[in-house]
Amino acid sequence: MNGRRLTPYLFMAPAAFILGVALLYPIAYMIYASFLDWNPSQRIGQAEFVGLRNYTWLLGDASFRESLGVTLKFAFFVVSLEMLIGVGLALLLDRSIRGMTALRTIFILPMMIAPIVVGLIWRYMYHPTVGIFNKTLNAIGVESVPWLSDSFWALTSIIIADVWQWTPFIFILSLAALQSLPRSALEAARIDGATGWQQIWHIKLPLMMPVLIVTCLLRLIDAFKVLEVVLVMTNGGPGLSTEILSLRISRTASEFRELGVAAAMSNYLLLMLMLLTVLMFVYSRVSEARAARIRQAAEES
Amino acid sequence: MPKIRLDKLVKRYGSLEVIHGIDLTTEDNEFTVLVGPSGCGKSTTLRMIAGLETVSGGEIYIDERPVSKLEPKDRDIAMVFQDYALYPHMNVAKNMSFALRLEKRPRKEIQHKVGEVAEMLGLEKLLDRKPAELSGGQRQRVAMGRALTRDASTFLFDEPLSNLDAKLRGQMRAELALMSQQVQKSMVYVTHDQVEAMTLGQRIVVMQDGHIRQQGTAEELFKRPNSRFVAGFIGSPPMNFLDGQITRRGDVAFIEGEGFKLSLPVELAQRALKHPRDTVALGVRPSDLVPAEAGSSDALLLKVLVSEYIGAQSILLTECGPHKVSVEMNSSAPVALGQPLHCSVQKDGMHLFDSETGLSI
Repeated sequence: MNGRRLTPYLFMAPAAFILGVALLYPIAYMIYASFLDWNPSQRIGQAEFVGLRNYTWLLGDASFRESLGVTLKFAFFVVSLEMLIGVGLALLLDRSIRGMTALRTIFILPMMIAPIVVGLIWRYMYHPTVGIFNKTLNAIGVESVPWLSDSFWALTSIIIADVWQWTPFIFILSLAALQSLPRSALEAARIDGATGWQQIWHIKLPLMMPVLIVTCLLRLIDAFKVLEVVLVMTNGGPGLSTEILSLRISRTASEFRELGVAAAMSNYLLLMLMLLTVLMFVYSRVSEARAARIRQAAEES
Repeated sequence: MPKIRLDKLVKRYGSLEVIHGIDLTTEDNEFTVLVGPSGCGKSTTLRMIAGLETVSGGEIYIDERPVSKLEPKDRDIAMVFQDYALYPHMNVAKNMSFALRLEKRPRKEIQHKVGEVAEMLGLEKLLDRKPAELSGGQRQRVAMGRALTRDASTFLFDEPLSNLDAKLRGQMRAELALMSQQVQKSMVYVTHDQVEAMTLGQRIVVMQDGHIRQQGTAEELFKRPNSRFVAGFIGSPPMNFLDGQITRRGDVAFIEGEGFKLSLPVELAQRALKHPRDTVALGVRPSDLVPAEAGSSDALLLKVLVSEYIGAQSILLTECGPHKVSVEMNSSAPVALGQPLHCSVQKDGMHLFDSETGLSI
């Protein structure tokens, strides 16, 4: 009897072990490292324990604060734009037109390209003299734009590239949400006199909302962690104008050789992401609870 | 003035034609029921009237105004759907007032109208609930309430009762009949249930394969079906059909088939003898078969297989030669299973149908 009760745990043990080694150990290591003043030339045992000094120092560090600001700005703009364009496209393409299947496939292509490649493609397109944007602008008599060499334009450029790559993600999720909406409710709305806009505003968007909220949070989590595209396109420059947090972390560790500070920075990022994850979790719990309450009410009536 | 008029209405999906040019005229404030088996085109016809399906040919007139190119909202209609089609994120009051709110009517007026309809349908206590918090019958009522709140001149119903259980369906059917008397609107109602059609409809339109087979009152369709299809579709339990031949001996015409021979009443005999074909089907409703004397010559000799007791009446499933015949009988009459039973056909109870075209003779 006792052996039988242990069997499930036995089956779970390998997975739990791998999870522990691959996930929890590095995190624990990172948390421990964030309390150290640690140079890569030292072994971890030789590093000096400094308590929360790395964290407090970071709060006062202008570069870190700027990097955090850039990250927040970047995340805010890309997610808003992607939501707007992705949902908009889904609303436009939720119909049966000839060739729609091919069109949809083309729309989701950018998402499938490796981020490094995306970064390279856009870097070439943004090239000040031979890039397609400036060449086109010059051809129609407009002056070149300093795409990657001006701090305003550099941030704009990486936002554009990220929007290009990740809008399809929101597009396919919202399209799936749209197509699972009850058709008859939309027909009822047409008979009730709702125009196309009113159907979107009063019926489609409210009914898509649960999917949109989760999609938005997922994208937000991803946007905070973006690295490759920015690394390839601007490497954080010019100045610190596009130095998002993950880039700052990697530079702190490799260039400034401050492993403890880098670890503390990672933990700040982790905290932010945890906050978002908890939000998502709370949201799904709340909506589940509401659904359960509604079901119960329906059964009682 | 005719309220809704369909003029050679056609619906095609690609090269497949599903509605073959139907004509229909309904009167003002009439309760019209489109009835037929699945796939007969009744729902498609209704959805074309509503404007949810495009019209491939012909025209729809509402109050003599061609509407086939108009948006649903411009046709002055309200519709109740089979799955109710309530807006899941709005409460009952919001569901019912949606159309009025879109029209930007004054808040006072909307509240008044919703309150009035809610009272009529017994929904006052449910106005704050979301559709998911309601039972099937309540959702059905809200769907009707939403249609009523709109004050449209024409109401369309697409199988509104078919998602309810049998008991609730009967109850809602009665409420619907009552409501249709109270509100005095033109109504078009689609159902596959002939009982619903018979009890609700002032004009019943029987459809099959994209054609209208017959229209009229319940009594007309029941007593004078124009084809074997309508005869078999309307009435429960369905009409019995026995294949046979018209024969003549002296002045009397008979219908004769395997295991039976019955004389035809004079009027029917005249029509039958004029008919070019003499292979026909005899149609007799179960309720038109009455027990006859044992020695009676002009009667069907039936062998009772099963007796279904349903209360005051029983349905006997019997055999007459190769034919299965059901008989509706008073339950108090003694019937023994496996025993022969003589039944004669009541006056006017005989219907003859051409065996090839299926049309009434």
